[in-house]
Amino acid sequence: MALFNIFKADRGGLIFLALLLLVAIVVPILNLLTEPTNPIHISTYTVTLLGKYLAFALLAVAVDLVWGYLGILSLGHGAFFALGGYAMGMYLMRQIGERGVYGDPLLPDFMVFLNWDSLPWFWHGFDMFWFAMLMVMVIPGVLAFVFGWLAFRSRVTGVYLSIITQALTYALMLAFFRNEMGFGGNNGLTDFKDILGFSLQEDTTRIALFVTSALALALGYIACRLIVTSRLGRVSVAIRDAEDRTRFTGYKVEHIKLAVFTFSAVLAGIAGALYVPQVGIINPGEFSPLNSIEIVIWVAVGGRATLYGAAAGALMVNYGKSYFTAALPEVWLFALGALFVLVTIFLPKGVIGLFKAKDKAS
Amino acid sequence: MTISRKFKRLLILLALILIPAAPIYGMTPDQNIEQAVELLKTKRFEQKYQAIDLLAGSAEPQAQVILKALLERRLYKLKKDQQIVIAEKQGKEYLIQHAVTEEPLGKVKKRAIKKISVNNRMRTKIRGALASFDLKSPDREKRLAAVKQILDQADIQKAEFVRPLLKEEQDADIREAMSIIIALSDLTEGNPQQRNEAIDFLSGNIHPSVRNALNRLQQQTEDEALTSSIKLALDSIDAKLQFYSVIENLFFGLSLGSVLVLAAIGLAITFGVMGVINMAHGELIMIGAYTTYVIQLLMPDSIGAATLIAIPTAFLVSGLVGIAIERGVIRFLYGRSLETLLATFGISLILQQTVRSIFSPLNRSVETPSWMSGAWEINSALSLTLNRLYIIVFCLLVFAALFFVLKKTALGLQVRAVSQNRAMARAMGVRSEWVDAMTFGLGSGVAGIAGVALSQLTNVGPNLGQSYIIDSFMVVVFGGVGNLWGTLVSGMSLGVANKFIEPWSGAVLAKILVLVFIILFIQKRPKGLFPQKGRAAES
Repeated sequence: MALFNIFKADRGGLIFLALLLLVAIVVPILNLLTEPTNPIHISTYTVTLLGKYLAFALLAVAVDLVWGYLGILSLGHGAFFALGGYAMGMYLMRQIGERGVYGDPLLPDFMVFLNWDSLPWFWHGFDMFWFAMLMVMVIPGVLAFVFGWLAFRSRVTGVYLSIITQALTYALMLAFFRNEMGFGGNNGLTDFKDILGFSLQEDTTRIALFVTSALALALGYIACRLIVTSRLGRVSVAIRDAEDRTRFTGYKVEHIKLAVFTFSAVLAGIAGALYVPQVGIINPGEFSPLNSIEIVIWVAVGGRATLYGAAAGALMVNYGKSYFTAALPEVWLFALGALFVLVTIFLPKGVIGLFKAKDKAS
Repeated sequence: MTISRKFKRLLILLALILIPAAPIYGMTPDQNIEQAVELLKTKRFEQKYQAIDLLAGSAEPQAQVILKALLERRLYKLKKDQQIVIAEKQGKEYLIQHAVTEEPLGKVKKRAIKKISVNNRMRTKIRGALASFDLKSPDREKRLAAVKQILDQADIQKAEFVRPLLKEEQDADIREAMSIIIALSDLTEGNPQQRNEAIDFLSGNIHPSVRNALNRLQQQTEDEALTSSIKLALDSIDAKLQFYSVIENLFFGLSLGSVLVLAAIGLAITFGVMGVINMAHGELIMIGAYTTYVIQLLMPDSIGAATLIAIPTAFLVSGLVGIAIERGVIRFLYGRSLETLLATFGISLILQQTVRSIFSPLNRSVETPSWMSGAWEINSALSLTLNRLYIIVFCLLVFAALFFVLKKTALGLQVRAVSQNRAMARAMGVRSEWVDAMTFGLGSGVAGIAGVALSQLTNVGPNLGQSYIIDSFMVVVFGGVGNLWGTLVSGMSLGVANKFIEPWSGAVLAKILVLVFIILFIQKRPKGLFPQKGRAAES
């Protein structure tokens, strides 16, 4: 009963998974089986919004795995997320086919617009779903592997690592803004029509995507939980708390870091791939360093090194963001900024830390 | 154009120019004008050409007035007595005055006068003549402008005007330009010996007209000796041009580097000396830029003074904001650098939104003082824009001042003491908290000064800081944390590298390449170009 074991000391995680399961069942029912006039009806718009939050939550779990359990503050996870998103976007672009504005059967609109006569080599294969899904995981994984291999081997740690991860996502953003790169430049990839033959405009497709996101989040959570309760996870925590001591004890710190970091990047890529069909666009703005730092604040708000706290933080902050940017757009950045400051000073363990403190007190 | 006419014209010209003060054809200069005016009365263009030549040769200012009137089609002939007049349209009538004496002749109807017609060739001649008036002007600037114009247009016909003037000219710049014009003329029209001398003279001269003329001659001639000597001359020109373009790139690189150093040097203090990751550093720069904007608003009449006043003011404003950040937030987070990073990032968002709420999200235009606009033209291939030049100087001044503060003042000593060993410094009676606040204030104030400089180069908007924060961190990390010299060297070298990559890769790709280079460099040398040595490096 490995599954039972990993949740033995994780009551919060069990509650989280149970809630996730509940939401994944109840939301589609409320959407499909009730009339729009019914007060408990959930509109498709809300379902998609929730699906987006779940993709973010998966991303937050990925960041928490490296930050909370390995001590690497990555300010570049937005890059892995966006790369996964682009891989998905490329698949969706190829699915448009002749329905584009220019009606070219092979080339996406922006390539026709730029007068390209053939598909760049790296766009081949993305018309196949399995290949695209493979790339969703392989591309962020390979990038994280190469980057991590270079960085961890030369023992770049702490703040330096944070800054060069930020430089990485910044460089990628600049690169993807270039039209010559072949990823649609400034506008990115958009105008998607369908996925696996199902129209993205259909309610059922959107609900399916929502359920998939919930499932992916649950699986991602369980996978991370498996890692952190395994020996690998315990060594990770040792590295986080005393890297040199762990190294002197005989563990290959670089290899462990690399393995966990790469896995986390793959998770981020999957989150990106879930995000893109739900919002219907991917553009270079996703690479912006601001996005990557925002992810970190989700984790900080929820609570580091709990995994479910990170997911909860992502949901809370993004709900706040949706609410504020619609109701009081002026206030949003003030609120987000204040959140950064207050959480770091007063809530080093996040919102989850508050509950845990209460538990202990009672 | 027949030979005889050309010859005649040349004779007149020579006569006019060689002995300009002396009477020509036994006439006084005034009579010269009189005769020209007589010639203008006819309808034949041949005689009008002569008239223009006569006027061009006259030293009288009135000749210039008449030529100008002719060019601007304000010269008329009175029908009743054939007098030449200059007319000014006033309502339906024309206000006329005598062309030579300037005596007012009252108003006439349009019927009473007839316009002196001008053809294209006359216009060209008149323009040339007007330019040669300037050549003789007592005002040095006017003469210089006139020869420059001739040179830029490669108007070798004018060489005949210029040749005699060269002997009298005293000014070195004008003499040089005149010699080039004459050499250019010899190059195309002179005899073989003159031509060779001209090539020797022009060799290595980087004026574009020279290069064009030599190229043209090279294509036309079949004489091998000539071709090879032209090739030599062209090669030496190209070598010089190459040299100047390297200099220019270096200059652009240094000015970009100065911007980077200015933006990063405050960070070198807060990050390098104190070990605090201040993500709000970019916003402190932005505050400096907005301070400049506000002070210029308050003093709209004296932009130059406002910009100068903005420097200390921006230092104070940004410095105070910095101290507030340190006292309010950062001091709770010492020793937790990753948390500091997040908290200061939050502050940067708040500052951005504050500015957005106060000044609107749109970019604000900050004016450039007049003494900062324009360019320093060293020669025709190399001109350095003044604002960039000032930025380089300013950057070096700021660096020197900061260096002085850190190495020679009591505050600097305490800052270094606290950064090296906080506990020991405290034991020696240094108020470490106060020093922290002051150091942070100093770094933030310098960011404010950088903002003043940046306001002269880029748009001032709420996102100004964000676009510099990553670059600044790169500069500090590349140079080696805790090392001001490292920051200077790394900023300058990154700037220069960027500008030298740019021509063959484009601006964005150059930036990406530099970023990738730094990422790889940090793998190789994690402590930067100039790592700290000794015990301080261990902690």
